Amino acid sequence: MDVEILSRIQFAFTIAFHYIYPPLSIGLGLVMVFMEGMYLRTGQEIYQQMTRFWVKIFALIFGIGVATGIVMEFEFGTNWAVYSRYVGDVFGSALAAEGIFAFALESGFLGILIFGWNRVSPRVHFFSTIMVTLGSMFSAIWIVVANSWQQTPTGYHIVGEGMKARAEITDFWAMVFNPSSIERISHVWSGAFLAGAFLVTSVSAWYILKGKYIELSKASFKIALSVAAVTSLLQLFTGHKSADVVAHYQPAKLAAMEGHFDSLKAADLYLFGWVNKKEQTTTGVAIPRGLSYFVHGDIDKPIRGLNSFPENERPGAVNFVFQTYHLMIAIGMALIALSLYSVYLWWRGTLFDKRWLLWIFVWAVLLPQIANQVGWYTAEVGRQPWVVYGLLRTSDALSEAVTANQVMFSLIMFTLVYILLFALFIYLLNKKITHGPYDHHDDEHSPRHMEMAGSFTSEHPTEATPATRGKDSESI
Amino acid sequence: MNTFAGIDFPTWWFLVIGAVFTGYAILDGFDLGAGALHLFFNKETSRRTALNAIGPVWDGNEVWLVIGGGALFAGFPEVYASLLSAFYIPFMIFLVALIFRAVSIEFRSKEPMLWWRKMWDISYCLSSGLLAFLLGFILGNVAIGIPLDKDHIYRGDFADFINPYSIMVGITSLALFMMHGAIYLVMKTEDRLYAKLTIIVRRTTIFFVISFVITSFYTLLYIPHLVDQIHDSPGMFILPVIMVLAIANITRQISKRKYLLAFLSSAVVISVALIIVSLELYPTIIYSPQTPANSLTVYNSASSNKTLGIMLTVAAIGVPLVAAYTTFVFWTFKGKVKLDETSY
Repeated sequence: MDVEILSRIQFAFTIAFHYIYPPLSIGLGLVMVFMEGMYLRTGQEIYQQMTRFWVKIFALIFGIGVATGIVMEFEFGTNWAVYSRYVGDVFGSALAAEGIFAFALESGFLGILIFGWNRVSPRVHFFSTIMVTLGSMFSAIWIVVANSWQQTPTGYHIVGEGMKARAEITDFWAMVFNPSSIERISHVWSGAFLAGAFLVTSVSAWYILKGKYIELSKASFKIALSVAAVTSLLQLFTGHKSADVVAHYQPAKLAAMEGHFDSLKAADLYLFGWVNKKEQTTTGVAIPRGLSYFVHGDIDKPIRGLNSFPENERPGAVNFVFQTYHLMIAIGMALIALSLYSVYLWWRGTLFDKRWLLWIFVWAVLLPQIANQVGWYTAEVGRQPWVVYGLLRTSDALSEAVTANQVMFSLIMFTLVYILLFALFIYLLNKKITHGPYDHHDDEHSPRHMEMAGSFTSEHPTEATPATRGKDSESI
Repeated sequence: MNTFAGIDFPTWWFLVIGAVFTGYAILDGFDLGAGALHLFFNKETSRRTALNAIGPVWDGNEVWLVIGGGALFAGFPEVYASLLSAFYIPFMIFLVALIFRAVSIEFRSKEPMLWWRKMWDISYCLSSGLLAFLLGFILGNVAIGIPLDKDHIYRGDFADFINPYSIMVGITSLALFMMHGAIYLVMKTEDRLYAKLTIIVRRTTIFFVISFVITSFYTLLYIPHLVDQIHDSPGMFILPVIMVLAIANITRQISKRKYLLAFLSSAVVISVALIIVSLELYPTIIYSPQTPANSLTVYNSASSNKTLGIMLTVAAIGVPLVAAYTTFVFWTFKGKVKLDETSY
């Protein structure tokens, strides 16, 4: 395999793995803000217990998110040196702003969020929870701004030619508010809120089904369900807006998303289907001329098809883009149905009576995760063959100093390390959930246990006689 | 070219990035040093105390690396691209070590089993030590320079990086961080762990002084471009003098048991070391030994003046904010480590 395909696999793999965690942090952060807010408002212990419980899970998620996130920051330079030179002037400032405004905020206050319960007042702790959540949301702003600039570049001019060509900022705010920024940031945020909310409903539903921590779980479930209901509807709106932007600025991507080849025809809107790229046909269940209606508000207007783009300026993996896009939409709709139906039952007072519904919620944690992943696959694979849309090709963006063997080495290394990380993450998450929100007498952190652990693992007796004390201190 | 206070923007940005990486070395330096010493503590409570001494702050400290990386990307994209692609393998190992350092801290306390804790202790210690070494190893290679072609692309082999000087700088940075971390830990601990650490502090200080002297002689004798600035302007001789006085002050304060002052002195040592390297290199960032014309300087690798101007504004707003909440967090967790139910 050559450097290009290996580097693309490595970047796709490391970013996809990383993206399991930040949406969970953002979404869980928001839910925790509501939980702790309820604690400050009502003063009920139950809300503090649930916040403490979710902070522990947040810490686990955040830790892996940071560890895998730093990889991304340096991978631009290691594997995509030409790209880094090309976009540094534009992209770099967004990345630097992320580090200084967003990441520093969340990591700074994270220490207080996790370890500060006994050191600061409840209000300061609540403030820290808000800061960590805001920090993680700001991170999303800057990184999505940078990515949106790659999708719809504005506010720049090109300096130099050939190998030396690079984009320079002419208008910072035009770069920040490029045509797709707002739509995509709100879309990413909503996806993140859903990921966090459905994690909380999943665990709470499982506790309710098992008859454990009923009161606490029901209260947590309701808080998370409120977030889920609002954001799932918001997601429909932001998703539609994002699709509008694609239709307007990235027609080749839109054509791939709907498997539309023929430029002269009005286009259908598929619910699901299969694209045969060779035959240039798409079969499936569709709303006739639906896409034309959505894009132009006119069912007769044609939509530019893939055939109207030169072979080397349209995405290759048409069926892949089609499938990921439609899977995302299907999941989005399912989440709306699930959360609205549950809100209806809540209003009727029978929310927790249907066991089958709770079981759906237990597994529904996977749905926003899958939707977030496939949504990004659509956005990034659909942008191909460009890394910066219309300006720089992915195949031209590689590091010339790096060989295929080196990338193979790092790819194998990351694969092994990430498999290990994921296994440990699932194991520890499961353990924390099984352990539950209350610290039992056998909690490893309780002072009594600490003493025991200390004396059992010491090679020397804890009570040293004066004669042995000098020697003993060596072994501490 | 735009200037501010008489200094042009690329130079300003060089100073900002230098300050951020110095901040990183001072802050994460003690985390890495404490980590590298971890296996010297034998008892479970000692290890937990040492871990929790950096527990609430290490993540915030690592952010300085993230900011530094972003600032380098934004300010000097050519350097970011050439440096990272040239050092592909060392950086990949560095990233994996960063992952292991982070998850070892996170995962260690999650299970009570002895083998589990031992496994993460070893992983934590090795990854911290490796990171401390790699930072110096890469700095050493940057200091002696790497061959670049006219497009600023590295045309060499990974094996070229493995040279005695870079290894020596790597060992020195490991020793420096171990000393720095030991002084930090001694400030945060009590009783017998404290007593043990007072011994470790002395030993790591000796380790550092020896490697520092060897590296300094090596530089003076064999790497002329790293000493020519001080050679040509004798006023700058004040820097090595401050360096030596700061090192002497570390040992003095240690024997007086004034560990905060010792810690500040070792922070001065880290800063002055990086200031000397930066001054000697400036205006070059990546020196190309055989073909100096291909070297990357602050001028031929910088982003546009407009971008640098925007980012200097960003930094002027952001850096005081970061410093403020870093201070707030350190103040919240000031004093000796007390283990409680929220600890690792």
